[in-house]
Amino acid sequence: MKILIVDDFSTMRRIIKNLLRDLGFTNTQEADDGTTALPMLQSGNYDFLVSDWNMPGMTGIDLLRAVRADAKLAGLPVLMVTAESKREQIIEAAQAGVNGYVVKPFTAGTLEEKINKIFERVAG
Amino acid sequence: MQEQIEIESIRLEKARALVAHLEAGESEDADRVIGELAEVGESGLFQEVGRLTRELHEAINGFLLDSRVSEMTQVDIPDAKERLNYVITMTEQSADRTLTAVEQSMPMVDELEKQAGKLLAEWDKFRSRLLTKDDFRGLSDELAAFLQQTQRHSKSLHDNLSNVLMAQDFQDLTGQIIRRVIELVHDVEEKLVKLVRITGGKLEVRKDLDDPTVLEGPVVPGVEQGDVVTNQDDVDDLLSSLGF
Repeated sequence: MKILIVDDFSTMRRIIKNLLRDLGFTNTQEADDGTTALPMLQSGNYDFLVSDWNMPGMTGIDLLRAVRADAKLAGLPVLMVTAESKREQIIEAAQAGVNGYVVKPFTAGTLEEKINKIFERVAG
Repeated sequence: MQEQIEIESIRLEKARALVAHLEAGESEDADRVIGELAEVGESGLFQEVGRLTRELHEAINGFLLDSRVSEMTQVDIPDAKERLNYVITMTEQSADRTLTAVEQSMPMVDELEKQAGKLLAEWDKFRSRLLTKDDFRGLSDELAAFLQQTQRHSKSLHDNLSNVLMAQDFQDLTGQIIRRVIELVHDVEEKLVKLVRITGGKLEVRKDLDDPTVLEGPVVPGVEQGDVVTNQDDVDDLLSSLGF
């Protein structure tokens, strides 16, 4: 299971990386915004994408749309982990095809629950 | 008020004179009084406009000459930016130190747990008299090694926990810095309110709250941020209402 973590703050990338490792996902890579992440996704055979929303350069929602528009990546499960909490935005992300939405600040339990839910659905 | 009463009494006096002239058939005098009557109110109005203009002029000059305003613009606000940048640096360093300590500690704890589990299984066998003499000798060596390892790891864990403890020292400093910036924002707010009052403008409510393209960032208690969810349960409810 190869996972890409996209967030402009290195601290948050590190926290997510450690939480994922605790959940048994040790193969993780990091990117600091959508512009860096997209080429990595296109050439890297990733199985899962965890992305922030608000980032300089390309935002998470634009990255999500780019992923869904790319024939090779369209089926990639995407979990949004973000501080953005407006109802319109959550709906927007849902319409853009996000697989899960976690608002910051979050707990390890929430992250685990959402990830498990996504994989259950992908497998089932 | 005094001025108004005076104007009224002058008007009344003129009106009585007007009636008297009209009754006496003195039309020239009556015209003159009508002219005077019109002037009574006008001169008061002109005086009032003049007074307001002077006050406005003084207020604007007072605002522009307020040394606190130029001091805030040239010194305090650039300072505040530096201070807030320093807060970002300090909190980032703290998070970094804490994460490093945690990342170093977790593998040690995992190792101890694994090793303890293994030894516990052996120990149970020993207590059930299932171990041979040679097995026991092996277990004894392993136990000694484990105790040494526990001692070493405990020392490292203690150091790491001390690092986590010390990494919290930013709170006091950032708290003080942020409090000073809040005071400055309060000062600026007061000056701006004064300026808005001078220019007679009306404060309009923020319009972009409902604009979904504007990113609000973290939810802050006490700040109006539009239609936001307050926790993960709200997000889950919203998504499940959309069929997730």
